[in-house]
Amino acid sequence: MQTIKFLKPSRDNIKNYSIIGSFLVLVSLIDVISNAFLKINLTSFLPGSLTTLFPLIIGLIGLNMMRIDYSGNKTLDLLNKNINTNNFNALLTLLILFSIIKALPQSLSWMILDATISGDSKDACTGTGACWTYIKVWFRRFMYGMYPNEFHWRINTAFILVIALGFVGYFMKDNLKKYLALYYVIIYPVIAYLVIYYLISGGSFGLQWVETGAWGGLSLTFIVSFFCLIFCFPLGMIFALGRRSNLPAIKYISICYIEFWRGVPLITVLFMSSVMFPMFLPEDFFMDKLVRVIIAITLFEAAYCAEVIRGGLQSLPRGQYDAAKSLGMGYWKMHIFVILPQALKLVIPGIANTFLALVKDTPLIFVVGLAELAGMLALAKTNPKWLGFAMEGYIFASIIFWIICYAMSKYSYNLEAKYKTER
Amino acid sequence: MSDPIIKIQNMNKWFGDFQVLKNINLEVEANKKIVVCGPSGSGKSTLIRCINRLEEHQEGDIIVDGNELSEKTKDIEKIRAEVGMVFQQFNLFPHLSILDNCTLAPIWVKKMPKKEAQELALDQLKKVQIDDQANKFPGQLSGGQQQRCAIARALCMQPKIMLFDEPTSALDPEMIKEVLDAMVSLAKGGMTMIVVTHEMGFAKEVADEVIFMDEGMIIEKADTKEFFANPKSDRTKLFLSQIL
Repeated sequence: MQTIKFLKPSRDNIKNYSIIGSFLVLVSLIDVISNAFLKINLTSFLPGSLTTLFPLIIGLIGLNMMRIDYSGNKTLDLLNKNINTNNFNALLTLLILFSIIKALPQSLSWMILDATISGDSKDACTGTGACWTYIKVWFRRFMYGMYPNEFHWRINTAFILVIALGFVGYFMKDNLKKYLALYYVIIYPVIAYLVIYYLISGGSFGLQWVETGAWGGLSLTFIVSFFCLIFCFPLGMIFALGRRSNLPAIKYISICYIEFWRGVPLITVLFMSSVMFPMFLPEDFFMDKLVRVIIAITLFEAAYCAEVIRGGLQSLPRGQYDAAKSLGMGYWKMHIFVILPQALKLVIPGIANTFLALVKDTPLIFVVGLAELAGMLALAKTNPKWLGFAMEGYIFASIIFWIICYAMSKYSYNLEAKYKTER
Repeated sequence: MSDPIIKIQNMNKWFGDFQVLKNINLEVEANKKIVVCGPSGSGKSTLIRCINRLEEHQEGDIIVDGNELSEKTKDIEKIRAEVGMVFQQFNLFPHLSILDNCTLAPIWVKKMPKKEAQELALDQLKKVQIDDQANKFPGQLSGGQQQRCAIARALCMQPKIMLFDEPTSALDPEMIKEVLDAMVSLAKGGMTMIVVTHEMGFAKEVADEVIFMDEGMIIEKADTKEFFANPKSDRTKLFLSQIL
């Protein structure tokens, strides 16, 4: 009983306990940090296994002493509430903290301190760290694929144009706002397609033709994701409405469509689109491989979008349908003005989820010979001059994908907050 | 005597195997106010939902303003536009402001110019005394205000008939009065109304006829005074003794 009391603070000696507690935690942290970074074992005087356990024990005792309810100190309360609620949580906190500290020096030295970025060939990389020279040398390839270097400005210009056109909606005058959906669903994709076709493919206006087989890298990731995202959403919406239709033909066509595409793996779809599909086409009819792949992914993801949107449609109370009908609205008016605006708001998280998955699925197009970012990595790492740098490449690609996906999910949170309504 | 604006003949309706409405016969003349009462589950709500075909009936005829309601009815939207409805749960559109709630249907269904629709909406909102809330969203209003807005929204379509489906059942006792006041003044303006309600005070004040329903049948249909003073069936007497 006495020992427990010794470790349990009472209201009278809060200050002493919090100071001694934080001191003990600090000691344990200093011990681990010095061990990890400076390779000094401060506790070498202790016998064997106790040396390793020392920071853990000291830290636990410290956290235990600091665990004071309503101490009045904001930082301490926050700490206790979130990571120091009981001994088990304190233990987990310490273990995670220590693992991070232990892992930090190695990763730091590999990624930054011992890494090489100078030079422009493999010979520059002699150190034990990462070889960022590899990324530097291959950077243009990772961004633009096999697209000829002197024409890279065409890709950049096309992207800037497409992005600028995407912002048109923000600056539209109020009396044009009703055409916003029309613009984004039909006009914008067409313009974007034309911009990309004439600028990146070329072949007219004095621009040299570059076939899609040469496209690649991050720019291809963007092109594929962009068209798939922009087309799969309206398509998904149509099938979501179709699945809830009262007309049996439309309903069963929608169900068949959704269940078919949800039932096959994307990789099979891609193979089909590039190998099987041309066989069914008339001989003189040619459709570019990239276009076929974009269509395949769009059809595939539309099925997922459809189910997400259907979830939103189903979560609306029946009263909304009743009210719209009782005001004399027909099917389309009811859906356009009452049902969809509310349902789409509800499905923003789900749609964002599907879209993120889509962006991360684009590397699969490598199986049909289109090398976007991850595909270029796979090509680069098998280059005889640059063997053995797969790790750097994948870290680079992960960071880029993470940035893209994080930006997308952040944007979806913003949309959610913007369109939030009270019920 | 003019033709009745609503005429229901031998109407039967089932939900699956369960017959909710049994052999309903009802005629409502223009400008008449009918109150429908009865225990819950007696089919009152289903009956008035059939009148603007939110529910489909399986047998019999329903004729609203000269148009018969059936699967063959082409312009069901046109008929619904002439029949306003107010729901128990208000069913305002939460993503639109009060004003937009009221102007949406006039603009898109009746093709009214936006300005005219807004004037009309403000006018109707003024009648139910919430014109000062026009730019708020439904979620920011009290239940009573929302229900009054729902009445204004229905009136903006300038309907010939108004249906009320227990408009005060989801409200706090304090707010019931403000909604009933709005309905009373509407009734005095000469609107044809069918009201499902348990508010017998309202029935006594404005109703021309009271219908008592139980188990999907119309048990009793009588002039208001007659209904309360001298109910014929035992079931009605029992109901009235419990509710009054």
